[in-house]
Amino acid sequence: MQGFLTLLKKELVRFWKVSFQTVAAPVLTALLYQLIFAHAMASHIEVYAGVSYATFLIPGLAMMSMTQNAFANGSSSLIQSKITGNIVFLLLPPLTALDFFAAYLLAAIVRGLVVGLGVLVITAWFGLPWPAHPLWVLLFATLGCGALGALGVVAGIWAEKFDQLAAFQNFLIMPLTFLSGVFYSINSLPPFWKAVSHFNPVFYMIDGFRYGFFAQSDTDPWLALGVVGLSFIVISALALALIKSGYRLRH
Amino acid sequence: MSSAISIDSVGKHFGTLTALDQVSFTVEPGEFFALLGPNGAGKTTLISILAGLTRPDSGHVRVMGHDVQRDFREARKRLGVVPQELVFDPFLSVRETLQFQSGYFGLTRNDAWIDELLFKLGLSDKAQANMRALSGGMKRRVMVAQALVHRPPVIVLDEPTAGVDVELRQSLWHFVRELNQAGHTIVLTTHYLEEAQELCSRIAMLKKGKLIALEDKTKLLAHSARREVALKLSAPLPDTLQQWPSRVEDDRIVLQLADIAELEQVLARLREAGVEVRELSVIETDLEDVFVKMMQGGN
Repeated sequence: MQGFLTLLKKELVRFWKVSFQTVAAPVLTALLYQLIFAHAMASHIEVYAGVSYATFLIPGLAMMSMTQNAFANGSSSLIQSKITGNIVFLLLPPLTALDFFAAYLLAAIVRGLVVGLGVLVITAWFGLPWPAHPLWVLLFATLGCGALGALGVVAGIWAEKFDQLAAFQNFLIMPLTFLSGVFYSINSLPPFWKAVSHFNPVFYMIDGFRYGFFAQSDTDPWLALGVVGLSFIVISALALALIKSGYRLRH
Repeated sequence: MSSAISIDSVGKHFGTLTALDQVSFTVEPGEFFALLGPNGAGKTTLISILAGLTRPDSGHVRVMGHDVQRDFREARKRLGVVPQELVFDPFLSVRETLQFQSGYFGLTRNDAWIDELLFKLGLSDKAQANMRALSGGMKRRVMVAQALVHRPPVIVLDEPTAGVDVELRQSLWHFVRELNQAGHTIVLTTHYLEEAQELCSRIAMLKKGKLIALEDKTKLLAHSARREVALKLSAPLPDTLQQWPSRVEDDRIVLQLADIAELEQVLARLREAGVEVRELSVIETDLEDVFVKMMQGGN
């Protein structure tokens, strides 16, 4: 237990020591999206009844930032440790696979939540209401960060070069998070793209998170919860199995 | 009492390369043990298997009776490894590095021991410095401290003095000797054979993944003994000694002796021939000679 707590603390210290890069920057980026899109689209769309576009946008941006940063936390920490070689200091102690995974996962969730909170606070003046279902908000935020945090651990273990990690991030995570209904309701999409969106787990994260705020969503929140929960479990199981097997960590 | 380290028929392949071929030996508690061999002999692979960083294809390794795979938690608690590569976490200070490392081993409130380690390794005034700001030698010291935070009974140093200045080498050996005297088992790999000769009591030699020697240092030196006697004489070597294996080196005649007892015969023949001995020195074999001979000649 102490080993897990120490690694968790180390991972928290690691991102907090560079919080301009890991927290402030993504919050600012989200604010810029909010300013630009809210201004450009304000008069065009009202997605849900009684919810302005500017307001509709906020939870989506928050969840997009959360998932991207949860992914980045574990993946960048692991690849740095592997490339510099200091991962050896985590492989020599009697940490179990679960200690190792849980520490990286929780740190990723914390970073995701801190970024998400930052985005919500800084964009709230665009009219964000108090959540209709606060527990759903918290649940989707945690599970969404958890799923992408676990995926970050998988990517960090798999990647052997920064370039491979960048490919993972830019060709998988970015499209998944951008094409997930952050900026629009998927009901406004042509049938084909609407159907495709239903295969994107990040769509359910955003949709469920939004439901927590507005009590309105594109899909049934229970279905969303099921998909997000299942994604979290499957990716976590994969990450844990990789760590246990020693894949690309112990030769 | 179980062995400090027991290595039992360990084999490891990387693709077509055989890194370790059925290696077996034990290291007893309290020993100061050297593991020698040229680059690529399999030393680091063996240490990595011991540390759980690499998994063997076959065989078993135990630390203080605990299997390094099945019972890895107990085995790792008892083992401190100083890796060969100079690595560090650039986000942390020296003290943080040691505090975190303690925590990974399940220890809290380890500061008294951390302070002692810092003092013994000459790092006290660097405790708050960021790891990035340290010289290579200082980073190496921190790595030694990291391996010792959990007071392991078995300590493995993989070429700890490679690229390290003389002063650190001296102080490091002083400290490691102290640890050995306090009962810690020490396993050392080094390229500096004089270090192994000076410090270690038993020596294993690896060549291309095979164990080719495993003996007490004194025995190893004795029966690879190429003892020689170098003489400066008043006259050329007498006929009675012409057939003796010899060579000339710096205007001295060097005679090879199978045994030190043969020296008496040599002196007797010189006396008979009326040749006076002006200078005499016995050349003892050192580990380097043995090493070179073993690595060139096989078994």
